[in-house]
Amino acid sequence: MALDMVAQRCILPFRRLLKRKGDPFQMCWPRIDPLFSFTLKVIALGVFAFLALIAFFLFYSAWPAILRFGWEFLRTSTWDPVKEIFGALPVIYGTVISSLFAVAIAAPLSVGIALFLNELSPRKIATPIGFLVEMLAAIPSVVYGLWGIFVLAPWLGDVVQPFLGKWLGALPLFQGPPYGVGMLAAIIILAIMITPTISSISKEVFQAIPRSDREAALALGATRWEMMKLSVLGRARAGIFGAVILGLGRALGETMAVTMVIGNRSEISASLFAPGQTMASVIANEYAEATSDLHVAALAEIGLVLFGVTFLINAIARLIIWKVAQVKVTR
Amino acid sequence: MDMQPIVRVRKLNAWFGAAHAVKNVSLEVEPHSVTAIIGPSGCGKSTFIRCLNRLHEEVPDARAHGEVFLGDTNIYGEGIDPVVIRRKIGMVFQKPNPFPAASVFDNVAAGLKLAGIRKKALLMERVERSLRHAALWDEVKAKLGSPGMSLSGGQLQRLCIARALAVEPSVLLMDEPTSALDPIATKKIEELIVNLRKEVTIIIVTHNMQQAARISDRTAFLLLGELIEFGATSEIFTVPKEKQTEAYITGKFG
Repeated sequence: MALDMVAQRCILPFRRLLKRKGDPFQMCWPRIDPLFSFTLKVIALGVFAFLALIAFFLFYSAWPAILRFGWEFLRTSTWDPVKEIFGALPVIYGTVISSLFAVAIAAPLSVGIALFLNELSPRKIATPIGFLVEMLAAIPSVVYGLWGIFVLAPWLGDVVQPFLGKWLGALPLFQGPPYGVGMLAAIIILAIMITPTISSISKEVFQAIPRSDREAALALGATRWEMMKLSVLGRARAGIFGAVILGLGRALGETMAVTMVIGNRSEISASLFAPGQTMASVIANEYAEATSDLHVAALAEIGLVLFGVTFLINAIARLIIWKVAQVKVTR
Repeated sequence: MDMQPIVRVRKLNAWFGAAHAVKNVSLEVEPHSVTAIIGPSGCGKSTFIRCLNRLHEEVPDARAHGEVFLGDTNIYGEGIDPVVIRRKIGMVFQKPNPFPAASVFDNVAAGLKLAGIRKKALLMERVERSLRHAALWDEVKAKLGSPGMSLSGGQLQRLCIARALAVEPSVLLMDEPTSALDPIATKKIEELIVNLRKEVTIIIVTHNMQQAARISDRTAFLLLGELIEFGATSEIFTVPKEKQTEAYITGKFG
């Protein structure tokens, strides 16, 4: 039945095409058009189908764990493959905390980079620096991970963490022994990795602001900085927000580099010095060694949660961006 | 009018990269007059007035050279901060460009806030006065807090005029301020310009010769970056001295 329809839609137009060789104008467009739009429809709907399939597969694989633990899976903190007790709270916590801190570091940095490249620096400098920043996104994450293990983590353990502990040790965030490897290392690696995403999108947003908007401020006697505040940042708010959310999305799902530096211990600790684990890193770490069915199902359920969380965050962000954008387009 | 000129331009040249857009232009503008700059597209008239508040140099690769005196100060003199100059010489652009995220009030108050005025009462007083000068007060007094962008095209342009007037500049530059507006909005702005002469000296670039004839006291005709003729509007449009001026105003080119 369905195949018949495909045949009718795809083959008939060609047959008709072959029959009418005479008139080149009549021949091509009216006949090819339905085929073309049908193909595009299939491709577009295919995206939906693909998404649904992934969700279904995750759900299906996770089902034993869902049956066994129910909501307890998301609320408890014990992760013991030997005793087959699985609670995902620490890895959810690890994912959220590492990503949020990474965004908190990367967002102002990236907006600053974009502002500098677009508004302040002469083109001769802006082009190579912009290129280099974007090249940061091209470095494979396993290379970031290596750098994290051999350079960043030792430096954090020897220099930064003792320093932070000494001056800010009153805060629970900066207490505990300085291992180097741990949540802080993951946060910093993530911040570096999402900076190119946020800064290049912010830069594009700034570039889209017409010159006349900037001149409105300059002509009133604004300095460069005042002009940026009035015309650039004010107008680009929604776009910057979108860029930050995309960065957050990338941080939530980043796997390799985080797995290599976060320490991989499934525990919730207030201190950033302590090792932790994220949803992505626990899957990467344990999937190959998961022997029991329940263990596999528990990892699949984490995958499902990660999928859901990133989906939700992106959806919420889009909604907010639409709302902000609508206010501006009332003109 | 035998007053001291308020703006004196001496041998002004401007470039975009290698393109010489304004060539050796000199002219003088009397206070409380309306001076129109006319000429065909690409004759450098916009570039010319953008040199008068040093906005031209903000375009990458653009530069200007010459002397422009505002009163006794050469704004191209050494140690002159363009930011200070732009507070004394306001500008209205071709397309209305209010600050999109700001309310009607904040749009008008923007220049005042940049100048460091913070007192609410003073801001309110100046905003109301500028909106009245821009003939917009009655239309917006009930919605000062709503987004600037909610106004119509003609209102937006008058909002931009109010914004420029709020800092009480001595000269107001207008770069084809009505070219994006419908005839009714255009008429309002033209009336406004004629009335504003009491407050401020106006230099207006216009594509529309009838507009120049209707509102200006003196007219300058630019062609390919050169000042061809500058004189009383009544004379330029009736008995032009130069052949090229006559050809242009009678519609032979442009």
